[in-house]
Amino acid sequence: MAACSIEDVLAKAEREEAEKLKSISVHKELELEFDPGNLFAFDKNPPNTREFRKQNKDEFLRSLARDNTQLLINELWKLPTERVEEVIVAKLPEPTTRLPREKPVPKPRPSTKWEEFAKLKGIQKKKKTNLVWDDVHKEWKRRWGYKRANDDTKEWLIEVPETADPNEDQFSKRNKAKKERVAKNELNRLRNIARGQKIKVPGVGLAPTDQQSKTELGKAIHVAKHSTASVGKFQGNLPKEKVPKNMGKKRKFEPLIGDFSAEKRKQLDLLNIMDSKKPRIDITKAVNKQMREEDRQSGFQKRKSPGKKGRKGNFSGKGKAKGKGKKGGPAGGSGGGRNKGGPGGGNNRKPRMKQGKR
Amino acid sequence: MTQLDGVVKPKTKRSKRFLQGREPKLNENIKNAMLIKGGNANQTVTQALKDIYSLKKPNAVMYKKKNITRPFEDQTSLEFFSKKSDCSLFLFGSHNKKRPNNLVFGRMFDFHVLDMIELGIEKFVSLKDIKNSKFPEGTKPLLIFAGDAFETDNEHKKLKSLLIDFFRGPTVPCVRLAGLEHVLHITALEGKIYFRSYKALLKKSGCRTPRIELEDMGPSFDFTMRRTHLASDDLYKTAHRQPKALKPKKKKNVSHDVFGTKYGRLHMQKQDLAKLQTRKMKGLKKRKGEKAEGEGEEAEATTAKKAKTQ
Repeated sequence: MAACSIEDVLAKAEREEAEKLKSISVHKELELEFDPGNLFAFDKNPPNTREFRKQNKDEFLRSLARDNTQLLINELWKLPTERVEEVIVAKLPEPTTRLPREKPVPKPRPSTKWEEFAKLKGIQKKKKTNLVWDDVHKEWKRRWGYKRANDDTKEWLIEVPETADPNEDQFSKRNKAKKERVAKNELNRLRNIARGQKIKVPGVGLAPTDQQSKTELGKAIHVAKHSTASVGKFQGNLPKEKVPKNMGKKRKFEPLIGDFSAEKRKQLDLLNIMDSKKPRIDITKAVNKQMREEDRQSGFQKRKSPGKKGRKGNFSGKGKAKGKGKKGGPAGGSGGGRNKGGPGGGNNRKPRMKQGKR
Repeated sequence: MTQLDGVVKPKTKRSKRFLQGREPKLNENIKNAMLIKGGNANQTVTQALKDIYSLKKPNAVMYKKKNITRPFEDQTSLEFFSKKSDCSLFLFGSHNKKRPNNLVFGRMFDFHVLDMIELGIEKFVSLKDIKNSKFPEGTKPLLIFAGDAFETDNEHKKLKSLLIDFFRGPTVPCVRLAGLEHVLHITALEGKIYFRSYKALLKKSGCRTPRIELEDMGPSFDFTMRRTHLASDDLYKTAHRQPKALKPKKKKNVSHDVFGTKYGRLHMQKQDLAKLQTRKMKGLKKRKGEKAEGEGEEAEATTAKKAKTQ
């Protein structure tokens, strides 16, 4: 009897073991493809469509998902594990699925002119310390940058050298020299970038861009004209060539303490202008500009949607001719009606002045 | 913008780090996704976008306003958005009579559209409709695809690649075994694609590997495949190209056989076999005294022979 019970116990234990093992084993016709690096599994088995239709769809999908997940988990548990801060962690291998990149492979940075020269001559980069001892302040300061050691620009005393002009400002001379060095550095940096990207940069003058405005072209011509040995003195003008105005400074500010009489005159003139009855803008010019703008707009729209809308463009053209012809009453009347739209909408180069009593 | 990158220097360290984060690298960042609503998105589509946004947080950007664009006709606005927000995956939702409840999954390469696949939602169950506890956002999901359509049909293959890219999450060296909770199961069956999201419960089994029980949790979709816009083969090749530096270096002169034994190979110079150092046998050593005796013996032998002949 004892023998039977022992056999029974052993058989029972065996059955339980088999059940437990069964609980994690899943039978599949085709093995799944695994990619543990991505936590990815692919089941190539064609799903059983008959069962799918018989059962509740969600139930079928869930049981299929359970089987596949079990297989994936089995695969993941085979990976080597380690203990990191009381947590059991599995080390994942590299992902094997090939996925496209987000951005193209980085290209190595193009070398600068100095780098090429150094490579040619065999000059090695010498590693410098970050901090330098400053004797004046008696502490370690950084080599360059904010609050640097041995700062030239912060000196309160500069000896005037014997060869220099006694009235020259040495401080501003130093500042100007620094500004020039900074500008030269920036220029060289941009030139290096342009060389790296294979963009042609002229030695002197303006770099050509796609669409050049009238002012830019004028400037380019001016620069080219004055790039001769005698600084353009003997260069003849083309017929009808106009000298470009506004070369250099875009705005001019009067000094604070300058010509008092001129300032007084300017202020009084301002009051006179505000008092006068004459309008500051030329109404007809403004109206014509507005009409031209509207014509262009409608012409653009006509081009966009050809056909019946084309007729509208012609009418506005006729209106424009009328406006130009009669500068007197009707234009004035329509101008008066449109006045508020005109200076607001059209391109008004003159400064906007409030209209006084009309 | 690439031209300005070199010309305009960043003024602060923070902006420099930001720009460096967005540059192309050898090991890339995780792809961000942007979720955009079309001009006529309805409640279903909006809720679907919100659910996928919560699955993909924090690597996703949800655009709140409606954008009136058509991805299959004009891709410039999508490319502009991706450049601005540095996202290479997008999901565009719209709804009209011809294509109800439309979702366009897409990805970019170098800020140009690589491929786009349009899926129509037949049935949708949202996250809020299923009331149970969810897991924290940002968990890396287990992706499982089932169905032989993903192997045979080209469009399904591209869809598989796109969905892996979309839902993959960051590439990590190790993963906490107890934290594998999120399971995304996608089945291709009878022309439809069933997208289900489950929460995995790890139950005790006899051995080390746990038994899995699944609980229906997240959003579930029934998709039908509509239009696709796939890139040309050579664009795919360019996009898949990996830099040489990432390839694992092959170890030379080391081989493994079937049983796992490691074999190595040594290369030596040619040896002079005459000067080979072999074992020393004391008995065969030649000594000075022995040599003279040997000669003497020889002389005797020769004389003896001579005597014989004579």
